[in-house]
Amino acid sequence: MKTMLDLHVPEPPARPGEAPDFSAMQVPPAGVVPRPDIDAPASDLRELPFELIRVLDDEGRACGEWNPQLPADTLRRGLRAMLLTRTFDERMVRLQRQGKTSFYIKSTGEEAIGVAQALALNRDDMCFTSYRQQGLLVAREWPLVDLICQIFNNRKDRLKGRQLPILYSVREAGYFSMSGNVGSRFPHAVGWAMASAYKHDTKIASAWIGDGTTAEGDFHYALTFASVYRAPVILNVVNNQWAISTFQGIAGGNEAPFASRAIGYGLPGLRVDGNDFLAVHAATRWAAERARRNGGATLIELFTYRAAAHSTSDDPTKYRPQDEASAWPLGDPIERLKQHLIVLGEWSEAQHTALQAELEAEVQAAVKEAEQYGTLHSEDSDPQTMFEDVFESVPPHLQLQLEELRSIGS
Amino acid sequence: MSSMNMVQALNSAMDVMLTRDPDVLIFGEDVGYFGGVFRCTAGLQAKHGRRRVFDAPIAEGGIVAAAVGMGAYGLRPVVEIQFADYILPAFDQLVSEASRLRYRSGGEFTAPITVRSPCGGGIHGGQTHSQSPEALFTHISGLKTVMPSNPYDAKGLLIAAIEDNDPVIFLEPKRLYNGPFDGYHDRPLQPWAAHPAGEVPDDYYRIELGKAAIARAGEAVTVLTYGTMLHVSLAAVAECGIDAEVIDLRTLFPLDIETISASIRKTGRCVIVHEASRTSGFGAELGQSVQEQCFFHLEAPILRVTGWDTPYPHAQEWQYFPGPKRVVHALKRVMED
Repeated sequence: MKTMLDLHVPEPPARPGEAPDFSAMQVPPAGVVPRPDIDAPASDLRELPFELIRVLDDEGRACGEWNPQLPADTLRRGLRAMLLTRTFDERMVRLQRQGKTSFYIKSTGEEAIGVAQALALNRDDMCFTSYRQQGLLVAREWPLVDLICQIFNNRKDRLKGRQLPILYSVREAGYFSMSGNVGSRFPHAVGWAMASAYKHDTKIASAWIGDGTTAEGDFHYALTFASVYRAPVILNVVNNQWAISTFQGIAGGNEAPFASRAIGYGLPGLRVDGNDFLAVHAATRWAAERARRNGGATLIELFTYRAAAHSTSDDPTKYRPQDEASAWPLGDPIERLKQHLIVLGEWSEAQHTALQAELEAEVQAAVKEAEQYGTLHSEDSDPQTMFEDVFESVPPHLQLQLEELRSIGS
Repeated sequence: MSSMNMVQALNSAMDVMLTRDPDVLIFGEDVGYFGGVFRCTAGLQAKHGRRRVFDAPIAEGGIVAAAVGMGAYGLRPVVEIQFADYILPAFDQLVSEASRLRYRSGGEFTAPITVRSPCGGGIHGGQTHSQSPEALFTHISGLKTVMPSNPYDAKGLLIAAIEDNDPVIFLEPKRLYNGPFDGYHDRPLQPWAAHPAGEVPDDYYRIELGKAAIARAGEAVTVLTYGTMLHVSLAAVAECGIDAEVIDLRTLFPLDIETISASIRKTGRCVIVHEASRTSGFGAELGQSVQEQCFFHLEAPILRVTGWDTPYPHAQEWQYFPGPKRVVHALKRVMED
């Protein structure tokens, strides 16, 4: 008898109206994964992508070889930056609802990624981000006012109103120009890192891509070039389970962990609890040290959950259970680091409440200042800026088009 | 001065720039040890080292993406896409990234990259080794597009492209690599050694982007053309005896509209000749620009001689290729109106 063929289309474990179901997810205890030597050959590390590197246990204790042994001041700095990122995100969404800008993307639940990685990298290492790594800029203490001016597209927006809110570019803080084509900058990080190596520099690059976008050719280009030329780069996959409404199984995540893609390229792959500040920091530091020693690239899968909507234009209750975020087995990154600091005797609920109030005031002050320079469409912008920076200098045909716009209006 | 064909002239341009600027590096498919399938990078790896001239994976999107990242760092990469027909996997990187980086970052990051690629037919290359995709790039704000027609221009324009702080698409008509092909495929090949533009300075010189050249001065009609079709047009003009002014655009964007307008205001007639297919080809842009600038000087409709709106065929190559006969026909027709 012949077997009838059938087409397989993966489905997430639960849809709206059903109970969240993470029963298929293996969550190993914290501290059990060994930390290999930084110089270990990739061929010795082929089991690592199937593990899950965790440091913080359920009681808030740091366990195992991956514990980065960070001083309490660094932990408090990380906690502050994560909390500031979340506070900032919440405030920006409120401003979007008030019509002061058109669009926003929150990083709720993923703050440990941007913040811990910023603290594990050097400030001049160049970061090629996807959405939701705004914590990098917050942790690098880039002025919030500058970010809000970009979000408002006001007269102090350094990007001159050309970019959708949050598609920042901050060269001074090692933050590469963002784009809505979410995968196309992943291989730029490799090219940048190749250039750094070519110039005998000491800086490395780091790139982020979402679970969904790993399906793009850019992901394959980046891993191929990084492997071939041993580029000093960290290639991060932020697996937050959802690409708008598409679950990670549609990018192939059900068949093998994204970290295991590294094996075919001869690169080390680390799979990390992305909601564990200490694990993210330790894995990033391991990969960064390896890159700085000419050991080449590492692929890191940051296993997390997109607790917020994709963007202010999205309503996730249409495609996933409403309470799925609260059922996420790896908890919340801010709560977990806070608990750890309390266990260490380096933090308290009272301090946390005071910090929260302080950060809300800080964001409020930044918003107030930025509003003085205008909000989206609150002032007429000079059309000249539209014609600048297409090329190094404005060519004659663009000069003519500017004159046409000025004389006729729009 | 040396006698050079176009391959040697391009090689000399890259050699000069590798020597002058330590931030220039070259990579692409087969360009390293082997020196490229058309030999344009021959000897450059041996002379300048593997760190500066190297082979790339067969991934045009990855090649251009890596170049963009290098450009953002501050290097001046020159990459080769082996055939212009293979550039499409890199289209997203060129359109969404290289051309947009300066604009979207407010000038914080730029992509001073040069993308070299052999284009055009006449080499029995069939559909995937013959196309002329220039119009895909002239449509993109933020890209410059260049196509030389002889060794002297090829070297000077390539040096200017490498030194340019914006991304440049540098299309090389591969049928011209070894000689000024005039479309008579059944006649013996003319070498560049017998052509004045085959005399090329050994050292550094530039030909500024955005400047057309008047290849033949004339009074009766203006022929706007570039690349291989320049030589086809010159052959056609010689054959029919019409006193045409033949303009070699050299750079398609930025377009030298002044030289074009001045000529057509003088002649009152215009024929556009390109090898690429007709509909939405660069000739459409040229014709409309001429109409806007010179309508009241025109004495006849603008005519186009182009490849047909079909894929580039193999066995029917010479029926596809717009040869001198078709150019002569258009010149006679435009003079009759």
